[in-house]
Amino acid sequence: MAAPRAVLRLVPPKWNVGRRGFRDLSGVVTPERNLRKKRTLLQFLSDHFYEVEFLREYLLQRQIQKVHLDNRAYSHIESTYGPDIAGAYFVLKHGGAVINYHGLDSLLSLKELQSLSLQRCPHLDDWCLSRLYPLAGSLQELLLAGCPRISERGLACLHHLPNLRKLDISDLPAVEFPSLTQILVEEMLPNCEVIGTDWAQGLRQGPEEQPQDTAGPIPAE
Amino acid sequence: MLRRVLRPTLGRSLLIRGLSSRSGNSILDWDGNVSEIKKKIRSLIPGEPSNFLYDTKHLPPEHSDVVIVGGGVIGLSVAFWLKTLEKRRGAIRVLVVERDQTYSKASTGLSVGGIRQQFSLPQNVQLSLFAIDFLRNINEHLAVADAPPVDLQFNPSGYLLLASEEGAAVLESNVRMQRQEGAKICLMSPAQLQKKFPWINVEGVALASYGMENEGWFDPWSLLQGLRRKVQSMGVFFCQGEVTRFVTSSSRMRTSVGEEVNLKRIHEVHVKMDNSLEYQPVKCAIVINAAGAWSGQVAELAGVGKGPPGTLQGTKLPVEPRKRFVYLWHCPQGPGLETPLITDTNGVYFRREGLGKNYVGGRSPTEEEEPDPANLEVDHDFFQNKVWPHLAQRVPAFESLKVRSAWAGYYDYNTFDQNGVVGPHPLVVNMYFATGFSGHGLQHAVGVGRAVAEILLNGHFQTIDLTPFLFSRFYLEEKVLEQNII
Repeated sequence: MAAPRAVLRLVPPKWNVGRRGFRDLSGVVTPERNLRKKRTLLQFLSDHFYEVEFLREYLLQRQIQKVHLDNRAYSHIESTYGPDIAGAYFVLKHGGAVINYHGLDSLLSLKELQSLSLQRCPHLDDWCLSRLYPLAGSLQELLLAGCPRISERGLACLHHLPNLRKLDISDLPAVEFPSLTQILVEEMLPNCEVIGTDWAQGLRQGPEEQPQDTAGPIPAE
Repeated sequence: MLRRVLRPTLGRSLLIRGLSSRSGNSILDWDGNVSEIKKKIRSLIPGEPSNFLYDTKHLPPEHSDVVIVGGGVIGLSVAFWLKTLEKRRGAIRVLVVERDQTYSKASTGLSVGGIRQQFSLPQNVQLSLFAIDFLRNINEHLAVADAPPVDLQFNPSGYLLLASEEGAAVLESNVRMQRQEGAKICLMSPAQLQKKFPWINVEGVALASYGMENEGWFDPWSLLQGLRRKVQSMGVFFCQGEVTRFVTSSSRMRTSVGEEVNLKRIHEVHVKMDNSLEYQPVKCAIVINAAGAWSGQVAELAGVGKGPPGTLQGTKLPVEPRKRFVYLWHCPQGPGLETPLITDTNGVYFRREGLGKNYVGGRSPTEEEEPDPANLEVDHDFFQNKVWPHLAQRVPAFESLKVRSAWAGYYDYNTFDQNGVVGPHPLVVNMYFATGFSGHGLQHAVGVGRAVAEILLNGHFQTIDLTPFLFSRFYLEEKVLEQNII
């Protein structure tokens, strides 16, 4: 019979329903990879049945909402104990793993913050970097290694932080030309030691595996 | 769900097999049966096209609640918000009519893609703030299951507006208003400016305002494609064609002061197909004029501005195409990664493009030197005579630059007050405008789309009050001037 065989061919190689939407949101943008992806049964069903489509959209929205909920500001703690305690509470509560644009609110009021480590944060993007300028007076060390969504466009905003002494921009998969970007950032921040990629990285062949889901547990000090 | 689909066909196929085996020629009939079953299964799955006598797939639907004329970023944004704010899923049928699916002349794709809050009108600041919030969360608003996320390529590098001695007071009061609205703008003295950007020559600059956050530029094409994909997934109809005629009915009315007016209502939109005489009348309840630079013509089709001058009937939509040149140049000694979008005191602007010391910029010509908008040819002398001298004066490194390429695009220029037209027409009661943004349509599209959807669905503006942008201001001659037109 021809019809059931056609359906069987559409079964996905791996059953990764739950993680797909999440990865699409936080993952690095590589259109070629997405084009090559085979049509899965789930895609087929959501193309043909409104119920499946609706359910998938709903689940996607839920995942987005969860990140938002995790990043809401603790205004009651801030008003009672001040920004320092609120910032510390935020950091301890989440282990920094889910910080996004709104979550940064809790950190920006820390006027004496000297070192900020945002390594391997899957939700940290260029918009967040453009928001760091209130810390310009104190921030000396910024570690951004391994954030999958940070690109050279966001790094260009770091000129707002003239006191920076150490900047780690190694292993940023969204930066297209890591070595050139490092040179330009060094030019932009002459007083800063920029830790970038090793020279060999650009020569490596083939797509690299990026650690996306292993978020670092040390967000800030 | 799948089981329910498969059950009747399976049953039928067993029955057919039983019949054919009884008649004795089972092998001969087998292929025919299989293809028949295939056909039946296909017709049971929703969403598959069925065989009509005439193939009318390329034609728009015969009726649609809302017809949006213009599939640029504003039209798509209206469609997006209509579908988002509708009370029940699929309650409104929306059709977007776009003349050119390649968007070769559309202002959206040819724009420089800037977004800023440094406007002189509070409404424009609010629209920008709304848009930046949308763009920041674009992958939540425009998320489509299985599609790759929208890569907006936002450069958060800010705008730097320079003001001369005469403009300083205006700039300062503008910045005060922008800050009140919630924009993060800081003022800089020439000395501070020199310290921050040593490559600028501060001669003739009295004050500068610099957007710290939420300003910069992005890729307009990704926003357009993201919106398109999303509204398509929400069930909006698309059609490539041109609106050639509105079928209207009119009724004579008398106003409270005894003046006779002619109220019109559009019943049908004739959509002509590309390269053919074929057209489809589309019955509709609402028409949205989002035709950008050509919205004046679309309004005229509905009879806007056809009447004795000085009356409401004779008030035209003052939107016309204006050609603007954008030049891309290379300058190895040019400013580095920190370069914001700089707008000089005389309107010359430029920004960085990529990492290779390339820059994009241009200038709005004065009324007298306005180029002919009939085609999109680039006037290279304009750069040599009107742009470059000022660039080189402001940034001495630009003395030695090489123009790599140039293009031209249209502004949907509002000749009356350089501001958008939003909301219904007072006489053609079911035509709504979303046009005339004179160069900042791209950055305001998201907010405008929402405003139009709100006034359509609820009858009044909710998120941002755009009452000053209503059409009636042209008749009442109340100018809502925007000073910061770049």
